Amino acid sequence: MTFADFFKKKQSSSVAKDRLKLVLVSDRSGCSPEVMEKIKNDIIAVISKYIEIDLEGLDIKIQQTQDGAANGPALFANIPIKDMKSKK
Amino acid sequence: MGEVIVVTSGKGGVGKTTTTANVGTGLAKLDKKVVLIDTDIGLRNLDVVMGLENRIVYNLVDVIEGSCKINQAFIKVKGFNNFYLLPSAQTRDKTSVTPEQMKELTDRLKESFDYVLIDCPAGIEQGFKNAIAGADRALVVTTPEVSAVRDADRIIGLLEANEIRQTNLIVNRLRMDMVKRGDMMSAADVVEILSIDLIGVVPDDENIVISTNQGVPLVGNNTMAGKAYMNICHRILGEEVPYLDLNKGGFFSKLFKK
Repeated sequence: MTFADFFKKKQSSSVAKDRLKLVLVSDRSGCSPEVMEKIKNDIIAVISKYIEIDLEGLDIKIQQTQDGAANGPALFANIPIKDMKSKK
Repeated sequence: MGEVIVVTSGKGGVGKTTTTANVGTGLAKLDKKVVLIDTDIGLRNLDVVMGLENRIVYNLVDVIEGSCKINQAFIKVKGFNNFYLLPSAQTRDKTSVTPEQMKELTDRLKESFDYVLIDCPAGIEQGFKNAIAGADRALVVTTPEVSAVRDADRIIGLLEANEIRQTNLIVNRLRMDMVKRGDMMSAADVVEILSIDLIGVVPDDENIVISTNQGVPLVGNNTMAGKAYMNICHRILGEEVPYLDLNKGGFFSKLFKK
């Protein structure tokens, strides 16, 4: 991205790319956004029992892994920890 | 033993027939023995794109049903010694042929031709299944638009499930002016999303319309699309050909130099 682009609105090609990546994840895995949302909520519920997590920074998604032997969809979860409850 | 290559896309109107005509003609120009098969039963078009519509006597369904010999249905392309079209039937439907019959036909044809090129209909139903039944490899054609790329992804999945051993991508109708200003996905973007090997990038070129009007494929002539298609043919033969500099500025070709 160049300096001039910084002031422009997001380029339509990158909007297309982002939208495609999302729709293909659900196409490929047969996993709808609603199911993803349920998985996400369940994961939050389980982890919250033990750890206080940062819900704002939470990111859970299915991605297509392209390198290595495991060439297929994988669930990636990035869950920032606010506080370890066990320490208290 | 030759190779059976299916040209497919999922979405309609992205350039399967144009690609089949040009890649086939290009391979024939490179002295390969080539036969084109139009499997779009009921909506045949490869004959008009090739300029052979007035010479059809028998068609694919006649051959499959045994109403004629295979050589009687072949239309010889003028100016070549070993280049033929097997046209589709216009007044029948896709259920007239089964995948098993198609496989038998292409297996027979690849004994006497270097390349059997199959023009696949749009969609993923019976016509698609017929077209890929005997294929050794596939060329997936897409344009840099969300709908076409999404359908291409689906097709790639189905090709894998059917154990087509080699699948390559052709990004068609790319407009460098739009890519540059960020309003069209680049070939690299599409490759990243679909994660299959690229074999060609064809620019959006009005000469394609002109050549289709005339019924003479432009492969190999001095137009951007003509050169791009010829490069695809060389790559099919296994040669390494650098990607065309589509914007004459150097940026694009650098992107693909490996």
